[in-house]
Amino acid sequence: MISGEPSWLPGTLTVARREIRDQLRDWRILAPIILLTLFFPVLMNFTANQAVQFVEQYGAEIIADRLIPFLLMVVGFFPISISLVIALESFAGERERLSLEPLLATPLTDGQLYFGKIIASMLAPLGAAYLGIFVYLAGLFWRLGWQPPVGLLVQVVLLTTAQSIVMVTGAVVISSQTTSVRAANLLASFIIVPVSQLIIGESLIMFWGRYGVLWWIVAALVLVAIVLIRMGLHLFNREQLLGRDFDDFDLKWVKNSFWTGFRGRAETLSGWYRELLGQTLPQSRGSILIMILALLVAYWVGFRAASDYVLPGDLFQADRLQAALGEELSSFGLLTARGWLWVAWNNIRALGLASLLGAFTFGVAAVVLLMTPVGIVGYFAGNFALAGGDSARILGGLVLPHGLLEIPAAILAGAAILQLGLAALSLPKGSSLGASWLEALGKWARLNLGLVLPLILLAAAIEVFITPRVAMALLAGGP
Amino acid sequence: MRGGAMIPLIETFELGKRFGELVAVDQVNLRVNPGEVLALLGPNGAGKTTTIRMLASILGPSHGWVRIVGLDTVAQASQVRRQVGMLTEHHGLYTRMKSMEYLAFFGEIYRLPTDLITQRALGLLDRFGLSEAVDLRLGAYSKGMRQKLAMARALLHDPTVLLLDEPTSAMDPESARLVRESIRGLRSGNRAIVVCTHNLYEAETLADRIAVIRKGKVVAHGSPEDLKREFLGNPIMELRVAGSLDGAVRLLPDGAVLRETGSNWLRFQSEDPQTVNPAVVRAMGMAGIEIVTLSEIGRSLEDVYLSVMQSENPN
Repeated sequence: MISGEPSWLPGTLTVARREIRDQLRDWRILAPIILLTLFFPVLMNFTANQAVQFVEQYGAEIIADRLIPFLLMVVGFFPISISLVIALESFAGERERLSLEPLLATPLTDGQLYFGKIIASMLAPLGAAYLGIFVYLAGLFWRLGWQPPVGLLVQVVLLTTAQSIVMVTGAVVISSQTTSVRAANLLASFIIVPVSQLIIGESLIMFWGRYGVLWWIVAALVLVAIVLIRMGLHLFNREQLLGRDFDDFDLKWVKNSFWTGFRGRAETLSGWYRELLGQTLPQSRGSILIMILALLVAYWVGFRAASDYVLPGDLFQADRLQAALGEELSSFGLLTARGWLWVAWNNIRALGLASLLGAFTFGVAAVVLLMTPVGIVGYFAGNFALAGGDSARILGGLVLPHGLLEIPAAILAGAAILQLGLAALSLPKGSSLGASWLEALGKWARLNLGLVLPLILLAAAIEVFITPRVAMALLAGGP
Repeated sequence: MRGGAMIPLIETFELGKRFGELVAVDQVNLRVNPGEVLALLGPNGAGKTTTIRMLASILGPSHGWVRIVGLDTVAQASQVRRQVGMLTEHHGLYTRMKSMEYLAFFGEIYRLPTDLITQRALGLLDRFGLSEAVDLRLGAYSKGMRQKLAMARALLHDPTVLLLDEPTSAMDPESARLVRESIRGLRSGNRAIVVCTHNLYEAETLADRIAVIRKGKVVAHGSPEDLKREFLGNPIMELRVAGSLDGAVRLLPDGAVLRETGSNWLRFQSEDPQTVNPAVVRAMGMAGIEIVTLSEIGRSLEDVYLSVMQSENPN
């Protein structure tokens, strides 16, 4: 017998080569790539020329200045959008056609198969994107003599590459949860929606002319790609691929997985609380620490921003603050049960929204959302200080009484959402994404129901019945 | 051989596999020596494919262990997979490729030299009667042709252990016979073959030993003859005589247990046919009864299989 374990790169490239050869024989992939590489850049070129000529008549050259780089990004993005389709086809399609098992029976490692397929999914669309960018730029140079700044060109190339990696690695995660291309295409919304939002954001940034921000987007995309690759490597393994039937919706399994996380081993309510305080809470200490740091950073950023965006000092005169507070008391129904319900419901809604956003962003969006009010408090405290007041006093009077409970509630809620996000990133060996996430969702519910909700209800009561009195008493002394 | 004992190419110890709450394979102990063919026989969902996937180091056991050519399938997974050729239940071919290109791809994965890949690929295509289809895309192949090419893929790197999951499923009788003959031809002193099947004829004609699997457990294990003896009792002999059977029944010697009689025939069971049968012939001859035939009644593996299944599932 003459055979050996394929060394890492040759084995990976063997897989990639076969996939690419297969793609190049499929007209459904080939036709759009050719169209988007050659025809689309020419169309964009024509659009740019027309736009430049049109806006020049009205002295609005800035629109053309912004439009040309924007179209450069679009020309790069369109071909790489095909990489998502190729990746879904490559991973989910191969499972559906049952052609994966013969590969799994070879000495190739899971990593070789994974990276071979990733490379194959990206190479043709990325090549087409680069070629498209070249065709577009060549046309612009020929007709308008326009050359892109090197920095911008590098940014667009990096953005295009990073977006392709994110889409492909995301597609692997999605494909690993399905056994059919149809199901994978349905789940692909989890990639398409965020990426389209990202493209809209990038477009706004480019029309705004804040090209520096694009570097941050590149960095963020690289981070997301690393996270997705890590997840993909965990999910794309022989055991997961052949060991489970993903497409069946098993309500009992969903309930059991959730219940395991929610109930734990507790038999009674007191046992449940003991487990919550003795196990769940200590397990979340890393996330709690991250949340504390995030809120401190938010306060600091808000406080510092006050010196850049100064509010008129007379807003912070004691009599005006007192008047404003009086107005609040009458309009929002403070010092009443209705006001308590309103505040509590508002906070619950905010945490619910943060959880929902966090569930799709590994917890990041939730943390950012929870940082916002703290940043605003910091900003007002900063302005209060600039107006000659004691910022500790505004904190003490307007925030601290209910904040003593509300801030820990926000920290715990944020930590729970982060834990939920981390569940998808650090899957225990042998567990599936679904089971791990549902169990984490159970723990999230346990933390929220057991601690966050009571804290919020209490904090709302203090905010409605005690804080206004403390604030009035403190403000009576002037800034 | 080491110290006179044969080293098995495949060995499992209390092998088990769970998927969540489902026990797919439970406490399976197997040993396949060089030159042996073992058939895993069982109904759909019995755990045959999961067992074979664990033997191929595609799935890891939840309990127990597997050694292939002395290598542990978990700790030395890649090395194990080098030693194993596997025909999967579904052929899983790439339909846009041609046969030579397909085999070359797998040859490359096993890092075979290009010349050797070409030589072996041509030889295997010829052996399976696929030489004339080299210019066709695999999408144009019939089911049987695809299965034969998948067999060629499994054999390309000349594996020491060959695992065949339903090798003749979806094949026409002629192709199935060709594949079965090929499997017989693959038997060699330094190779072990496991055939996973629910085709009883295939198991009986190909295998030296058969392991019947049901609900993840091996419920019967042995050579076809051993299994027949164990589950159907001693062999049944049929005696046909010229003329009437009158008086012949009482001539049966000790050790022959009468089972059935007809007008000119009788059937008896014996623990020791080698001794009892000549005694029967002698007794009949002495009584002047002319014997037309004395032969063993053929008992199929199907009878064994049904007996095993019924004994395991009395309801």
